[in-house]
Amino acid sequence: MNFFILSLIKAGIVAFVLMTTLAYLQWIERKVIAHIQLRVGPRRVGPHGLLQPLADVIKLLTKEDMIPSHVHTLFYLLAPFLAVMFALISIAVIPFGGKVNILGVETYMQLTDLNFGVLFILAMSGVGVYGVALAGWSSNNKYSLLGGLRSSAQMISYELPMALAIACPLLMVNSLSLREIVDAQGGFFLGVIPRWAVFQGPWPQLLGFLVFLIAAFAETNRVPFDLPEAENELVAGFHTEYSSMKFASFFMAEYANMVTVSCMATLLFLGGWQPLFPAEYGSKFIPTLLFAFSGAIAIYHGLNPARKWDNITLPAAGVAFLGVALIFLIPIVAEILLPLFWFAAKVGVILFLFIWIRGTLPRFRYDQLMRFAWTILFPVAMVNLLITAFLVAVTTK
Amino acid sequence: MLDAVFFYTFALMTLTGAVLTITRKSAVHSAIWLIVSLLGVAGLYLLQQAEFLFAVQIVLYIGGIMVLFLFVIMLVNLDEAAKQRQFNNQRWIALGCAVIVGAEILYVLAKGTASLSLPAPAAAPAAGGNTEQIAVSLFRDYLLPFEAASLLLLAAIVGSVIMAKRRA
Repeated sequence: MNFFILSLIKAGIVAFVLMTTLAYLQWIERKVIAHIQLRVGPRRVGPHGLLQPLADVIKLLTKEDMIPSHVHTLFYLLAPFLAVMFALISIAVIPFGGKVNILGVETYMQLTDLNFGVLFILAMSGVGVYGVALAGWSSNNKYSLLGGLRSSAQMISYELPMALAIACPLLMVNSLSLREIVDAQGGFFLGVIPRWAVFQGPWPQLLGFLVFLIAAFAETNRVPFDLPEAENELVAGFHTEYSSMKFASFFMAEYANMVTVSCMATLLFLGGWQPLFPAEYGSKFIPTLLFAFSGAIAIYHGLNPARKWDNITLPAAGVAFLGVALIFLIPIVAEILLPLFWFAAKVGVILFLFIWIRGTLPRFRYDQLMRFAWTILFPVAMVNLLITAFLVAVTTK
Repeated sequence: MLDAVFFYTFALMTLTGAVLTITRKSAVHSAIWLIVSLLGVAGLYLLQQAEFLFAVQIVLYIGGIMVLFLFVIMLVNLDEAAKQRQFNNQRWIALGCAVIVGAEILYVLAKGTASLSLPAPAAAPAAGGNTEQIAVSLFRDYLLPFEAASLLLLAAIVGSVIMAKRRA
């Protein structure tokens, strides 16, 4: 098939899925945080608040878009664009699965495979700082400026341990292409233990994974490192002066960054779309079981409704889940969907971790944040890299 | 064709950015135009299939060094400085000098066109990506100069830290 048409179709699918994910990630976050705090979360708009993201989008789009008179207008308008553009662009090089054959068209489940994909993502996340820094400066407001400065200092500091942690799996795989990195993590030790980078010899990257995760939290300005928007000190930090869709762009950029770093963690350390255990032991039935189980729970609660309408919405959801479970039993479709399932499951677990930690940990103080990066995280990442490099050098050839 | 379009776009970006960097009055604007210029250079690297240089250019210069520049500029209130006149009144003398120097260069170039021979473009690199080739030349062919340079940089870092501490 024509390269351009194929790329257009793929870009359309990826963009649609990503945008939906970003919108619903926020719904999931609100729900999970609510349940951690013994609340029920949004449930007014649509069944169980499922249409809440849509309502939010409509609200943000129709709100008055005001530009304060004291801002540097050009950069004030440019900043949200930069933030959201560089957050979304990384998704282009992320592979979601191996080669697939849909109706005779062979293609990779990836927009484009760069042979320096990892570096590209690092570069884009590096440029992403400008969105926040410029927003802080152009708002011409002390709180915004402090938020923007904090954010850029924090992102530069945590980029170092992050890059050092990323270097370790690259050394073991000897490639910069994300797809080759995942391919090198296929297979199993002793028939059961997956050869993911966190388990793979010569030096299992558990420490590297931990450093990467911590740095990722700081890079995405998430709790406990959300100093740039610490509301008790800085009102709303760098986006204090932003309203309407411009404010939403920063929000979207934050969530897109979360998705990107989760994908990176999955691809580099958790084996991408490689299953948790071999297919001989039935790993291909995991999605079926999972969806059937959730469907059964939904139907059970639908039959014993706790609230009004539950007797309609929950069985409907349950039947839908059972349908998905059945789809995973069709061999031809399952072949395409299984890698996607494993990839999405791992990314989902990491995203849940993001939300879980937000509901659990308080915020750092700014000097603690900096000291932690330079005196603990950086040396640990350095030692980890040295050990990995030494062992890789000893064991090759 | 497409290559030419990209080349001229990036070249224009680089040159416009460079000129505006030195002519803008506000320091923040200057820094941002410098970033545009550096982005253009990164694009030119990519056009030459030097993807490692492209990534390093962006990660180091744009994502690291220029952020620090901006950081300092934003911390120091330069609005006062921007209001002052930064250009003095000798622009006619300067223009005259520029014209003379330009004429001189043109004359020398016209004289020496015969001996002016551009080297033939380098052959396309053999198999193996740009990253591997850079690694080979840095860590195999030129290991000693590379390490010497890194020692020098380390000395500079340690020196600057000591100087900063002494003043405090």
